[in-house]
Amino acid sequence: MALAAAALAPGFRDPVPDAQGTFRAVMEALARPGSLQRLATLPAVPEPLPPELAAIALALADHEAPLWLDVRLAAAPAVVDWLRFHSGAPVVADPASAAFALIADPAACPPLEAFARGTPDYPDRSATLVLAVAELTTAHGLILEGPGIRGRALLGAAPLPNDFAQRLERNRAGFPLGVDHLLVASGRVAGLPRTTRILGVA
Amino acid sequence: MTAMSTRGFARLASGAAGTNFGYLDEQTKRMIRRAILKAVAIPGYQVPFASREMPMPYGWGTGGVQVTAAVLGPADVLKVIDQGSDDTTNAVSIRQFFARTSGIATTTSTAAASVIQTRHRIPEHRLKEGQVLVYQVPIPEPLRFLEPRETETRRMHALSEYGLMHVKLYEDIARHGHIATTYAYPVQVAGRYVMDPSPTPKFDNPKMDDCPALQLFGAGRERRIYAVPPYTRVRSLEFEDHPFTVQRFDRPCALCGAADTYLDEVVTDDRGGRIFVCSDTDHCEERRAAGHRGEAA
Ligand SMILES: [Zn+2]
Repeated sequence: MALAAAALAPGFRDPVPDAQGTFRAVMEALARPGSLQRLATLPAVPEPLPPELAAIALALADHEAPLWLDVRLAAAPAVVDWLRFHSGAPVVADPASAAFALIADPAACPPLEAFARGTPDYPDRSATLVLAVAELTTAHGLILEGPGIRGRALLGAAPLPNDFAQRLERNRAGFPLGVDHLLVASGRVAGLPRTTRILGVA
Repeated sequence: MTAMSTRGFARLASGAAGTNFGYLDEQTKRMIRRAILKAVAIPGYQVPFASREMPMPYGWGTGGVQVTAAVLGPADVLKVIDQGSDDTTNAVSIRQFFARTSGIATTTSTAAASVIQTRHRIPEHRLKEGQVLVYQVPIPEPLRFLEPRETETRRMHALSEYGLMHVKLYEDIARHGHIATTYAYPVQVAGRYVMDPSPTPKFDNPKMDDCPALQLFGAGRERRIYAVPPYTRVRSLEFEDHPFTVQRFDRPCALCGAADTYLDEVVTDDRGGRIFVCSDTDHCEERRAAGHRGEAA
């Protein structure tokens, strides 16, 4: 497939610091569940790719770390071309072979069992799901406890699958196997690693 | 240290600057960053990574250097310590390496640093949220001396099969009447993985528990990255009748008078005179600047 680079929207404006800044925000988010971290720079993207998903894909995916796109994104050839061109990552059809799953329609996120959860010897060989939500807040929502959290924390996001809290609890019960979640909205990222316990809703 | 290691470092300090921020190319950084993210999500578990050749010998902390290089950004302020000191050849060389390859600011102050790379010690000054402590680790596998085969140690971790680890500590008790292990004393992270805290003295183990900073561990030769997220339970292995204890010093620091720090023995003259002083030089200097005095000051 020949791609005309000129036809594509640009990637990061300043790739080295932008990738570093995005990574640091993601690292802090996963290290401190219930905190919102700012994604400092967002690339210009083709519709309907949320720029936060694009930033995380550019910072972390490549030919060794395949992407899986949900139905909404996979149906947009401009999005698929842009991600392939700028990240160099294969876009895979099977969610189980993805390192990162980009999800623009979070309410329709497939069950977690569809993604790689690692093996007992290598639990790191597991997917990170990146969900673009419309709202992200620490004022109310799921009550979180676990590594990275001082006492308890709150994280609210919408829209999400109705059984999202149960999914997370099942995921945690399988530790050390599991997937890890990133939630993004409005230039912010929050992390829900597999270690986070869900105590309820507030 | 051998003369060869020292020559390796001279190359590091005087070699041509690479064009990559922090020496590593972007592809390598992405690979290390992905490993760091999984390490954070699976506390205490050793994530394999494809360690790169660095312009320094393995014994000088290539694993920690690669982790630091993948983490650092233009806004960071870096501190490097070796045996608690900012002034050893190793610490100075690594600090200069990053100043040269990334142009970032460096410091010797624990409080002013955003990223601290260390070998042997955790700073005495309590770490804070937002800080990242990067350990240079020579031997990441706590089960290695019990089982040399990697496939077997992976299986033991997978099954939480840590009985042998306790047997080894118990043998200490049988032989010495107490647990004689004082360095690289094994810990259990978040109630699951048993982890080697690298060659830090067990004096520092309690600082790993519920620490507000993120702790990252890099082993270059063995190609492993592991992590302890902030506010995570880190328990030193112990027995009901032989609880974990840290070493106590029978005197305060001779320079700053601190009675709660880890002390190094320093020879003061050629007639065998010796004093005991804080191994954390920045902490000791800060205390002296604040007016604290020990008997030799
Ligand atoms: Zn002192």
